[in-house]
Amino acid sequence: MGIKWDEFFITGDPLILGSQIAILLTMIGAVAAITYLKKWKYLWTEWLTTVDHKKIGIMYIISAVLMFFRGGMDGLLMKAQTARPEMEFLNSQHYNEIFTTHGVIMILFMAMPFLIGLMNVVIPLQIGARDVAFPQLNALSFWLFFSGAMLFNISFVIGGSPDAGWTSYFPLAGKEFSPGIGNNFYAVALQIAGIGTLMTGINFIVTILKMRTKGMTLMKMPMFTWTTFVTSILIVAAFPIFTVALALMTFDRLYGTHFFTVSGGGMDMLWANLFWLWGHPEVYIVALPAFGIFSEVIATFSRKSLFGYKSMVFSILGIALLSMVVWVHHFYTMGSGPAVNSFFSITTMAIAIPTGVKMFNWLFTMRKGRIKITSAMLWALAFVPCFVIGGVTGVMLAMGAADYQYHNTLFLVAHFHYVLIPGVVFAVFAGLYYWWPKMFGFMLNEKIGKWHFWLFVIGFNVTFMPMFFLGLNGAVRRAYTYSAESGFAPLFMLSAIGSIILAAGFAVFCYNIYWSIRYADRNISSDPWDARTLEWSTASPVQFYNFAKLPEVKSLDPFWHMKKKNEGLTLFDSEIEEIHMPSNSWLPIYMGVIFGIAGFLLVFEWHIAAAVAAIGIFAGLIIRSFDYNEGFHVKKDEIHRIENAWRKTEGEVHDHVS
Amino acid sequence: MEHHQSKSFPISHVIGFVVSLVLTFGAAGIALKTNLSFKVIMWIIGSLAVIQAGMQLFMFMHLREGEDGKTNLVNMIYAVFMVIVIVVGSIWVLTSGHAAH
Repeated sequence: MGIKWDEFFITGDPLILGSQIAILLTMIGAVAAITYLKKWKYLWTEWLTTVDHKKIGIMYIISAVLMFFRGGMDGLLMKAQTARPEMEFLNSQHYNEIFTTHGVIMILFMAMPFLIGLMNVVIPLQIGARDVAFPQLNALSFWLFFSGAMLFNISFVIGGSPDAGWTSYFPLAGKEFSPGIGNNFYAVALQIAGIGTLMTGINFIVTILKMRTKGMTLMKMPMFTWTTFVTSILIVAAFPIFTVALALMTFDRLYGTHFFTVSGGGMDMLWANLFWLWGHPEVYIVALPAFGIFSEVIATFSRKSLFGYKSMVFSILGIALLSMVVWVHHFYTMGSGPAVNSFFSITTMAIAIPTGVKMFNWLFTMRKGRIKITSAMLWALAFVPCFVIGGVTGVMLAMGAADYQYHNTLFLVAHFHYVLIPGVVFAVFAGLYYWWPKMFGFMLNEKIGKWHFWLFVIGFNVTFMPMFFLGLNGAVRRAYTYSAESGFAPLFMLSAIGSIILAAGFAVFCYNIYWSIRYADRNISSDPWDARTLEWSTASPVQFYNFAKLPEVKSLDPFWHMKKKNEGLTLFDSEIEEIHMPSNSWLPIYMGVIFGIAGFLLVFEWHIAAAVAAIGIFAGLIIRSFDYNEGFHVKKDEIHRIENAWRKTEGEVHDHVS
Repeated sequence: MEHHQSKSFPISHVIGFVVSLVLTFGAAGIALKTNLSFKVIMWIIGSLAVIQAGMQLFMFMHLREGEDGKTNLVNMIYAVFMVIVIVVGSIWVLTSGHAAH
């Protein structure tokens, strides 16, 4: 197989040696701590084999926070390197690897799982269901994502990171120009994680179409459910394109085909074309659920129904449709001619229309509302102006002719950070502060939360605002250094200072989680925000079967009306029935592990070993095919006991109605 | 979970699988082992792809089992839209302007 053991571990860089030691110590520490606390069995039965959508959601969120840290470190390293001209902190190769992993990790392993995590926790509760349509498939989705994410993450200590940018354009990403195995990590790890995401899309489409509680018609669904539904449709439409593109890339790199290699008669531009056919919808896959989160947060804390519900729904559908026909705006400069560029300029600019409708809907929701400035609401408020800056610069970039000026500059980088950070990161923070009490039964500290908010938002603006001007002055993206004569130094320095403030914001966020776990008040209501949707009508943290009695919906904002009219809030003993729930399963984590092993061997091009490991994948599929476990029934006594425990507590739901 | 599927042998799936393999290897054979002109090969394997996609719709995608015709119609229109965007769009983008040369 020609194993080159000397290339296995990355050596010779003190930063990476430090990381290797830190990773090793962390792993030893984690294993030792779990063993010392005798938590292995708890971990296995309660988390690793769980099929409960809430726990899977929490595992997604934990992974996303870890990946946020990793991607953020990459970002800080880049900012340190460009803080001064001609810095020699990172060499060009190292810088290439870092901006590549930063992009991939932040989009695919931070933004996606964070949103999917919140979707997992919230959607079944919002539609009054007891789980997603396919609970075990849901666990499999998580473990495949996790497996892909870990495989991608070890690349920088074992084997070498991919270094062709998060877009991995050919011919650079091909074997000819990137002969190492780094880009194999990209092709294989994203493939594994992508399969998981695709399954999530299918799962949520079926869940939302088939498992809504009685009376919840499509036009009575909460906005976050709507956006999740449309996002799932986009996932199912777009991810197979990426799957195919990555498979072709894998064949090119591992088996000598020439789909994208010019020398062998392939077409390198086909990669860019396929990548963005997936990549542009991907932007909306992460943005739409975020819009849903803001809709929930703004409606709740303005204490009003969402303004223009129908126009919201139609603008989501409009955005989804348009998102499929704008991909060429990522490569106008490739030179597809005036007809193509004009067509895609117009479709791209058209996206501003439904997005603008949504903006005004949020503003009108707040108008004359009794706004409560909580941490969650602060994120939603900051989102509006910051995202508008991102959107307006997006319309500037949409103009094909003008794009020749902006293309590949830091102006573009500033633009998409102004879209993705307010559009996704602010949203997941808002969602986390908002739904945290539902997940864990205590709140995140509001005071620390405001520190987190202000540091993060100020840091974000100081980091990325200068990059617009740097870009207009001609600073190119992905360049590891610049000369003193360029005059870029002061703005790069300002940007680096901003990134430290941004990082301080993230640190305060982590401290908030720590503080709240240790000291926050556990004796809170199950509806602490006086909210409007069904997830707040059950206990916090939510009991494993979600609802003892499935709620009945008569209008939008069902829980609000239930509280107003005082109906459906109480549970009579006669209403309790046995509940059918799915059993835990070891198969999803097994599949994650075996996919990870097979993927790892494939990355190193140890084909025979990879084929042997792949037998394990088929074994898992076969075992699943003959698995007739039909789940279990929760007995009435147990339901009775669990319901009494939270319904009889002081300060419960009923006392909060205004 | 309450409704048990019929346990009969999934014969249509097996036929669909075998026919898919035949069509795929047929396309590969025509592309690699014949001396037809490039254009003819492209038309033949393109047609085989369309036939295979249509066949899989019936054999695997439960097209005939849906109780709701309207849903199927929406799905089909959406699928056709996606195919046009991806296939026709890609061909258009990659064969115009500088890309044509």
